[in-house]
Amino acid sequence: MNSLVELNNCGVIRNHKWLVRGVSLKVSQGEIVTLIGPNGSGKSTTAKMSLDILKPDEGTNNIKKGMRISYVPQKISIDWSLPLRAIDFVNLVKKHKTSEIDDALSITGIKHLIYEDVRNLSGGEFQRLLMARAIAKEPHFLVLDEPVQGVDYPGEIALYKTIQEIVKKINCGILLISHNLHVVMSQTDYVICLNGHVCCSGAPNTVIKEPEYIKLFGKNIDPTLAFYQHHHDHEHLPDGSIDDSKKD
Amino acid sequence: MFDDFIVRAFAAGIGLAFITGPLGCFIVWRRLSYFGDTIAHSALLGVVIAYALDFNLIIAVFVVSCLLALSLLFLQRRTNLPDDALLGLLAHSVLAIGLVLLGILSFIRIDLMGLLFGDILSVNVTDLLFVWIGGSIVLIVLILIWRPLFAGTVNLELAKAEGLNPDLANAIFTLLIASVIAISIKIVGILLITGLLIIPASASRNLSSTPIQMAIISSIIGLASVVLGIQTSMIWNTPTGPTILTITLGVFIISLLPLKKLLISKKKIELLNKR
Repeated sequence: MNSLVELNNCGVIRNHKWLVRGVSLKVSQGEIVTLIGPNGSGKSTTAKMSLDILKPDEGTNNIKKGMRISYVPQKISIDWSLPLRAIDFVNLVKKHKTSEIDDALSITGIKHLIYEDVRNLSGGEFQRLLMARAIAKEPHFLVLDEPVQGVDYPGEIALYKTIQEIVKKINCGILLISHNLHVVMSQTDYVICLNGHVCCSGAPNTVIKEPEYIKLFGKNIDPTLAFYQHHHDHEHLPDGSIDDSKKD
Repeated sequence: MFDDFIVRAFAAGIGLAFITGPLGCFIVWRRLSYFGDTIAHSALLGVVIAYALDFNLIIAVFVVSCLLALSLLFLQRRTNLPDDALLGLLAHSVLAIGLVLLGILSFIRIDLMGLLFGDILSVNVTDLLFVWIGGSIVLIVLILIWRPLFAGTVNLELAKAEGLNPDLANAIFTLLIASVIAISIKIVGILLITGLLIIPASASRNLSSTPIQMAIISSIIGLASVVLGIQTSMIWNTPTGPTILTITLGVFIISLLPLKKLLISKKKIELLNKR
């Protein structure tokens, strides 16, 4: 397979402390690799090494030359002093054709917000905008750092579906970071479980049985939590209105 | 045509306003106003050196400003002090060194008031060349580095990850600030230049909804303030630099009025009516 990014035994040390160490991973074209792990386990650091924003202090990061890269960072705060509409944000790194922008915003369901100032967007809408900007470039390699944070549950599932569609459509490699294990697990090709080092890795079905995984995340969902089954008789359009065509 | 000092004053002020517009926007977006101030403070040292060595004033100030920017970068890496403390340290120590040097070299006679507040009516043809040629270069370079600089302003890591070079753009931008401050010394003076960079940009923020709009409106506000300021200062016989700045403040206050809101709410009501 065509490997886009490869980390070999990489580590980053800051103030005499290893943020993460001994990480090896490989992302190939058309593949979703998911990084999971608790807070402070080195997920974002690993992502930054795969983007070459951070140089590994140990090990090597090989990144294929000349490919288009898109990055959805974990946190972006736009300064009040910056007047910025959604369309300007999509054009941030590269100017796109109007049709490309329309497509990207449609896929993520925020086409109606194209001329809205980004500070008027809700957390979930902004997250969709970040995703739209990332896919408008038709990247070869896409890094998503907690792309569904602040998105409501149905929106979260929709966004994950979107990610799957993107892989199919533009056949890019995706490095996905998540702390929501259960939703991600179902659609990923390879899972790496981090906690300062690689605890375990493999195909989703094998990882879930590893003792290291169970130690970190528990065997089952905490009994105080449960899934609430929604039985909707309608579907919502992205702007919140009810989709009449699909109503029972 | 440039024999008349009034014509020279207008030409210099207008040329300066073109660059301070977009540059000022970046200073506001990147929260660099105190940095501009620090560089301006160091200008006195440049002026003293220029007089002592009988060297071109604008170039001397530019060189000192660049050295100051470099020392800031050095200090940021070597210490754990916050940026504003480092800037304060540099601004005032360099200003002090300039004054000490001025005391030692007692043969130098500098028009301190002119230096602090500018003397646009004393602009000569060489100064004009610096404003227009230097200004054009600054503007062209700013347009060339706009994308990496702007993307890095929004999010540095994102810009880096996606193959731009925002660090280089930032370094070049620092040189642009230094050159604009050097160019503007005679026109508005070292105490007021940061104002000319920031106030039109701030007023423009209240009136614009895209970054490029903000840069252009900021230039227009600067331009209008310069023209009005020079005329007013001649009518009322007030110092020109401060008069220009006072007018930019007036524009800023006007920009606070809910002009844009009125327009938007009308549009929204129309939209609702259509539905």
